[in-house]
Order: sequence, then C-alpha cells, then structure tokens
Amino acid sequence: MDSAAKDGSKKQMASSQAIASRSFQHGIHPPEGKEVTQEKTIQRLPFPPEVVIPLAQHIGALAKAIVEKKQEIVRGEAIADPGGFVSVAMHAPLSGTVTKIDVAMVVSGVMTPAVFIKGGETPEEDVCHGAPVDVDAFSPREIVAAVQSAGLVGLGGAAFPTHVKLTVPEGKSIDTVIVNGCECEPCLTTDHRVMLEQMDDLLAGIRLALRATGAPRALIGIETNKPDAIAALREAIPEHDPISVAPVRTKYPQGAERMLIRALLNREVPSGGLPSDVSAAVFNVATLAQMGALLPKGQGLIERVVTVTGGGVERPGNYVIPMGTSLRFVLDYLGFKGSARQVILGGPMMGPAAPSLDIPVTKGVSGILVLTEDELAALPKKVFPCIRCGKCVQVCPMFLNPSRMGLLARNGQYELMEQAFHLNDCFECGCCAYTCPSNIPLVQYFRMAKTANRKRKAKK
Amino acid sequence: MLGLGVVLSTVLAVANKKLHVFEDPRIDDIEDMLPRANCGACGFAGCRAFAEKLVEGAANPAQCSANSSDMTEAIAALLGVTVEAGEKRVARLACAGGDNVARSRAMYMGLSSCRAAAQVGGGGKGCPWGCLGMGDCRDVCPFDAITFDEHRLPVVDEAKCTACGACVDICPKDLFEIHPISHRLWVACKNRAAGKDARAECDVACIGCGLCAKDAAPDLISIESSLACVDYSKNDTASIDAIQRCPTGAIVWIDSEKGAMKGAKAKKIERETPLPVG
Amino acid sequence: MTEGVAPIQLRTSPHIRQAVTTDVIMLNVVYALLPVVAFAVFAFGISALALVLVATASAVLTEHLVQKLAGKKTTINDYSAVITGILLALTLPPGFPLWMAAVGGIVSIALGKALFGGLGFNVFNPALVARAFLQAAFPVAITTWSPAFITTRFTQFIPSSLAWPFLSADADAFAAYVKNAAIDGWTGATPLSRMKFEGQFEPVASLFSGTVAGSAGETAAWLILLCGVYLAVRKMLDWRIPVGMLGSVVVFSLVFYLLDGTKYPNPFFMLFSGGLMLGAVFMATDMVTCPTTPLGVWIYALLLGFLTVLIRLKGGLPEGVMYAILLGNAVTPLINMYTQPRIYGAKKVTAPS
Repeated sequence: MDSAAKDGSKKQMASSQAIASRSFQHGIHPPEGKEVTQEKTIQRLPFPPEVVIPLAQHIGALAKAIVEKKQEIVRGEAIADPGGFVSVAMHAPLSGTVTKIDVAMVVSGVMTPAVFIKGGETPEEDVCHGAPVDVDAFSPREIVAAVQSAGLVGLGGAAFPTHVKLTVPEGKSIDTVIVNGCECEPCLTTDHRVMLEQMDDLLAGIRLALRATGAPRALIGIETNKPDAIAALREAIPEHDPISVAPVRTKYPQGAERMLIRALLNREVPSGGLPSDVSAAVFNVATLAQMGALLPKGQGLIERVVTVTGGGVERPGNYVIPMGTSLRFVLDYLGFKGSARQVILGGPMMGPAAPSLDIPVTKGVSGILVLTEDELAALPKKVFPCIRCGKCVQVCPMFLNPSRMGLLARNGQYELMEQAFHLNDCFECGCCAYTCPSNIPLVQYFRMAKTANRKRKAKK
Repeated sequence: MLGLGVVLSTVLAVANKKLHVFEDPRIDDIEDMLPRANCGACGFAGCRAFAEKLVEGAANPAQCSANSSDMTEAIAALLGVTVEAGEKRVARLACAGGDNVARSRAMYMGLSSCRAAAQVGGGGKGCPWGCLGMGDCRDVCPFDAITFDEHRLPVVDEAKCTACGACVDICPKDLFEIHPISHRLWVACKNRAAGKDARAECDVACIGCGLCAKDAAPDLISIESSLACVDYSKNDTASIDAIQRCPTGAIVWIDSEKGAMKGAKAKKIERETPLPVG
Repeated sequence: MTEGVAPIQLRTSPHIRQAVTTDVIMLNVVYALLPVVAFAVFAFGISALALVLVATASAVLTEHLVQKLAGKKTTINDYSAVITGILLALTLPPGFPLWMAAVGGIVSIALGKALFGGLGFNVFNPALVARAFLQAAFPVAITTWSPAFITTRFTQFIPSSLAWPFLSADADAFAAYVKNAAIDGWTGATPLSRMKFEGQFEPVASLFSGTVAGSAGETAAWLILLCGVYLAVRKMLDWRIPVGMLGSVVVFSLVFYLLDGTKYPNPFFMLFSGGLMLGAVFMATDMVTCPTTPLGVWIYALLLGFLTVLIRLKGGLPEGVMYAILLGNAVTPLINMYTQPRIYGAKKVTAPS
C-alpha cells in the first residue's frame, strides 16, 4: 500500500499543477490507495442464491414490507413502501420467493427487520418489472415522488433519502446543485468509475435534479486526482450548459457535504443547519447516475457499484452487486485471503467495521475494504497521553478543538463538550484521530459522548 | 489603608445581614444523615434536594433506598413522620451469557468500555442483545454493588444495591431493570431471535419454547418474538414450577437465600473456559 | 474460503493512522539534541558529558519511580524525561556541581511534571522549572562559568563539577583551574553579563560559532539552529514559535538599539547570545506548554521575544529567556482560551472556558 501511495501522490501533484483547484480549510492527506482499482472497469458479480433486504437501509423511518412469506416476486418488483416522508421504497434484486420476514443483523450490530428472498433457478440480468415513463413531462413534484418510489438514497455512504434533499423547503431556494464526485475516502473508486462509465446516466440525473430543485446551475466537484474524469466530463458537457465541472483539491474530507459547499461556493452551512440554508443541494454522482438511469425506465434501486479492495481480497475491483448480497458471498467469489482480519463497509476513514460476514450489502455501502493481519499490525497500538501538540486542531475541518474534547470525554464531561465545544458539529470524519501522534481514540470518544447526550436528553 | 479596611468590612458585615437567606437548619442536619452518594434513587437531584423536599414534607425518608434503616428512622423521628417503607428494590441483569456459554462473532479492539464497544458493530458478541462484559455498570455503581464473575458477567449484590438506577442508564444494551425483590421469576435473557438462532449464539438463551408459559399460572408468562416475558402485575401467581422444564435455564427463580436457581431440566453447563471467538 | 479463517476483528474508524507517534517525535527531539550535546562536550570536555549524563539519568529515574509509586506503568519509554534531562543539563554552566544537577533532574520531573499529573498536564516546561529552582537554590554555582576549549578538558574535570553533595564548590580550586588553563583576561562572565554589567559587546561571530562562555549547550547558535531545522522539516517542531520569538527579539532589540546604540547592543548580538537559541528552538516549542491555536502560537512567540528583550535590557538579570518562557507558559491557557478559531458554520466567536 505504501509504494502505491507514493505513486498516487505523484500523480496527484502532477494533476493539481495542471488544474487550478478550490478547497476547504484544514483536512489531511492520507495515502490514497486508489491505484489498485481505479483502472478496473465495472464488472457484474454473479447473483447470490439468497438476498436479505433490511427495511432500514437509509436514514429515517423503516420501510413497510408489502410482500408476504412464500410470495413469488420478480426482479425489480417493489417489496416495501416508504414508511414516512423520510423513508424510501425497497425493490427485489432477485426473482424468486420470499422465504421469511425476520430480523437480520446490519453493520451496526443491531437486528433490524428484513425481507429474505431466495433466488429462482436461473437468475436473469434483465429487469422486467416497471414500465418506461416520459420523465420530461414530469413536474418537480412528480420527480420527487418518483425518486422516493425508486428507493434512491445517497449512495456516497450516508444513505439519506434523495427525494428529501430534492424537496426545497418552504421559503428557501436552491441556486446551485452540487454534484459530489470528490470521492475523498482513500481506497474507494466507485464514483470515479461511475463518472467514466455511466456519464450519460449521470448527466441525465443532474438535469432531473436541476428541474426538481429549480436550480439554475450544477457544479460537479471532482478531486484533482481524477484528471480523466474531469477531462471526460468536460468533453461531454456542451458549451453554455448549466452543468460545469469544478476541480477541487485532493484532500480529505473534500467530499463531505459541508466542506464541498465551502470549497465551491465559499459558503458555510450554519451550525445545525442544512445545505438548503445556503441555497445549495449536494448529491453524490452515483446517486444521480442511478436516478438518470432508473427514472425513465420506471424502475427501483436494486443494485449498486461497490469497490471491493484491500490486501485481503484476491481480485479487487469495482463490481455491480445486488442489494442484500451477503459479504460472505462477495468475498468467497472474489477470494478472501487467509490473512484477512477486518472487513470495512466504506472507506478506511469513516467506514464501520462489519461484525460478521453475514451482513448484507445495502444501499449505503460504497466499498468493501478487507484489511489483513499485517495491515492491522502496522497500526500504532500504544495510547500516549495528549501532549497538546495541536495537530488535531490544525486538521479539524469544522475548526473544533478535538484535543480539549478528548480530555473532557476521558472525564465523562459529555454535556460540557456539547455546550462549550460544539460536539454536535463533529461529523466524525476522523482527521483528528488519524493525525493524533498519541493515538487517542478521539472519534470513538466523541461518538460515545454524543450517544450519552442523546440518551440523557431522551430520558428527560 | 485602615480606612479602606474599615469601609470594606462594614460593607461585608452589612451584606451578610441584609443578604442572608433564611434556611431551615434541619436541611443541613438531614443532609448529614443521608448517605451523600447523590445517586438519585429517591427521584430528586441529589441528597441536598432530597433533604429540602423532606423538610417541606414532599417526600418520605424511606424514599432513600441507599440509607441504613437506623438513619431512615432517625430522619423520620427528627421530622416527626412515620417511615412509609416500600419494598426493597434491586437491579437485575437480563443476561446470563458469560464467556463460557455465549459465543463471539468478532474480536472487538478499542476502548475498554461497553458503551464504546456497542457502537462498533455492536461489540462483536454473537448475541446482539447480550452483555458485553467490559464493566461500565461496575464502574458507575456508586455503592460497589456490582462485581464480575469469572465469566465476565456482572453480579448484583442485592444487599448493597439501592436501586439507584445508574447501571440501568449506563448499559448500552439496556440489560438492567429495577425490580422489587418479591419478583422472583426472572428471564435472564433478551434474545429475540428464533430459537435455533438464539441457541446457536448462546447456551443459556431463551429459545421461546413456551414450556415456562405452559407450566406457569395462566397469562403470567407470554412468548413475544421467541422470548419469554413475565407479566409482573400477576406476580402473586408466580411459583418455582414455571422454571422446572426450561431446557436452557434462561428463566430462573431468584431465591432470597440461594440466589438464582435454574430448573431441574436445564442443560448443565460444564465448560469453565471462555469459548473461542469466531 | 471464508470458512475456517481466523475471527474477524472490530475496530472503530478511522482504520488508518499517520505513522509518527508521540514516542517517535520525542525520540527525534532527543536525536536533534545529541549534536548540541556533542558540541557541549567538545567545548567543555568531560565535565559537560558528566553533567548531561547525571541530569538525564536523574530525570529518567525520577520519572520511573514516580510512576511506580503511583502504581502505574512506567512512562520512561516515551522519552519525554530524557528530553527534560538533556535540556536541563544544556542550560547549566558546564562546571555545575553534578550533585546539584541530579537535584535539578529530580525537581524537573517531580515538581515540574508529575505534580501536575504527568506528561501532557504540566503547565510549565519541566526543564525550566528545575532551572529556575536551581537558580534560586544555588545562585553562585549557576553563575560560575568556565572557559571553553581548555586543553585539558578531556582529561580533567572542572573542579566544581565534583563538589561533594550538599557542599558548594571550592572557589580556590576553580580559580586555580582557570589560571592553569592560562586564559588571559578570563573574567568568568558570559557575553550577556558583560554587556549588562560592563557595557562590553562580544563580537557576533564568536557568539555564532560558540567560542564564548556560557551554559553547556547554549553557546553554539548555528548548531542549535541546524537541529531545529531538522525537526521543523520533519514536522516535529512548530517552526512558527522559533521564527516568531527570534523575529520579535530582533524587532524589539532593534528599537532599543536605534534609541541608543552605545548603551544597547545590536539585534544580532541579542539574537546569538545567551540561551535564546536553545530556548526558542527546544524549550518554547515544548508542545505541552505552548498554545495550540494558530493565532495563539504567534501571540505566544511574540510575547516570548518581547519578554526576553525586556528582561535582558531592563531587568536585574543578564539573561531573560528562561523567565520569558516560563511566563509564556503561564499565559498559554489564557491565550488558548481567547484565540479559539471560529468554528465552521458558527455565527459568533466563542471563547469557552
């Protein structure tokens, strides 16, 4: 990973010299680790014999299952309705039979209700369900409704329902749709490949988003370490188009919503507010590409592109994986090395570690990173006292004081962290913990503190 | 300088008299008689607040479950009230999955705290409802009433427990409940998975077989999502017969002398060493 | 394939870490100090070597014992006590009695660090706390300077070094030693005290090259600068502090020099004399005791430079670096408090207590 990282940073230097780029302040430059998979075209994984579709794959209310045990279903058919406004529909990625509706473990280790589907004899790649519709005739409201019933959520990892972001709150307007193609997380290359290989879908999706929000322009923010994507998209976009490409500096967490808004628009989302407060809406490129592909066909989200990488995988690459496929199936097929010890869903900076290989791939999983014993052994183990070097303060993109908060957390002063040190503005990007020479588990402390505060408030 | 000193001391003396707030001296006396643990079990914000309420007559000395009975009587005598003693209540743990009977699916590495571990994929224990055994409850208990047994499972010392509820609040898996000691029937499990899945993760899990419900008084025990639930409003009808046929020993009878007793048919646990992870 | 492999592990994100850990930083500071120590030995001989060894050993041993007494694991493997010991030795006169240096080592860790709660919690630089203590306790010994580059320095201890514990050095023996060394016109004064009390200015060149009298490790300005550059390049030292402190010394002393060039020295003399270089590069930059906010760092550095000039030119002591840094350390929490940057998305500047 090390020598590869060096190559990557060389490339990055060359490209950033070529293109003037914008950025947020602070942040870090972790080894990119993208060279393993960034040249690999998107491949399709075989269908698994069974899928498990959790009804909570997104932020918000549980979806409501609309299928019954033993019901025969076809690929693409809706199996759950949205359970509220902040909730989305679910669709069957396999033709087959519903075996049961029961609880299943998701990556957080919590058991959530899920639909279990056993695939038929010969899985088909074609989606027969859903009829083509004329999206050009859709009103903004209809686009939003179609996005919700297509089950679209932020595919960058947050899994926030997309239609909620497309709905402009009363009294506010959106002047810029920001298309997030930064992919600042190390090791992940799905957004990169999607931009290169699904460009038409992406542009169609952006135009839909522009119509839904009524925004006059869209900016595609792409980190300078993806010069091919920048060039290709610039080529594909006609002159005087509302869509334009905006290269941003390769720096983590450039792809965080708030950071990207700061980089491209020089606006700051108010503390506790939303991007719409500064007239912006941010969508991940993979989300918009799926939107552009699915809406005209009247279909729902049933699979996604996932980067499977890390030293513990024999055949790393970018794969189309049906939702609900277990990690075990994916890793068995792609080669799970004996030295593999930890499986991370997402990138190494923010991705949670999976407690089991029976966890299904869900809408928010942008990567499966398998770390080996050697890679994990290289991590520093000993925790030293905080020496107040201030490195965390220098990297925090939210300008918080992780050093002070870490000391407070150690003493359990969680309320003070929230009241005086803006704990709730921390979005757990991990820059502080990454850079801390004393190896203090700052992010873990902050998560604990947030949970404790939430629990205390709920009790009151 | 002397003049300044005189002026300032006069100001202080006047301020002391003028700004003095009358406070019932009994509040201080009673506070001295309370355990000063500020545990909150009485329902007020600390011992001082409780003492104020006692003097107001808005509380009864027996509400402090942490105090010795002698002191409670003394406070009652001071206030001229009678002790309205409720039944002693204790914290109970709804998990019996020590490391010799409950499997782990992954090895957690990080801060040694249940609350921290619970946020990392649930902590790696096979049973997602089960006790993580890192001792947040033991550390938070103001009365040292919680110790850990040799299988990394918390044990509540009923004599020391004051039912303050600190362990209830801190446990990330919500495994503690406060119960009157007369609640003898206890399901030491929270696993809601199907019987087969529950048993695969833990030898002492409730598998929802329903034998206890059959053997108990009508409607005392029900099975909800493969888990036995006791309706304590019918606690009067409870008897030790309910636990006798439980195949895993998940439901226990907490005897005042012998502690938690398993039924005669419960599978014997022979393993002493921790189960391997994985 | 996924069957039968070792159990998977669960860690919290981030799953990657930058490689430079606290002990690596500390060890590199030790490496950066070694050339300075080597020059001190080269200039002052075995006495300087013994001084460094005794002070360091005493500091490390104290750290170990304090941790053991507190029932904790020893923390000497983070190398911070080594740095404290070496720095303390470098600020002492080369012929400083060794037993006093040992006392200094104990004081630095016990009073300067452990009392506050150990590494990370000390308000003042431990080495400077010890030096301030020694200055108060042994005012004569700490101002008894011996000449550099004496021919017998590698075979013979400076007599004062070997003073018996709880006794001060034999002044006659020391005088004889200096006389034997046959250095004409040796006044036993540092350039700064000669400036202060005699109105004489040492040429800047000899200050820079380290051929003057002074504390064991403060005389070779060029070498200290070089070592500082090494640490700054490796990002183990905040370059803004030495740059700001030295810069402000130049500016403020220039003001005095322009007011009266005969009474006050030129800025370069100020820059390369005394313990300024050692203090600015190795002590003011102690991460624990300097501010963490970007603006705070500059304020701190400027304050340190200003105080140094003020104490040197207007105070009762010839050298002011030590007290300037200690005062700076004292106001660090205050600086931190008032220079917290505005958080992203916040309306108002907040100054949490």
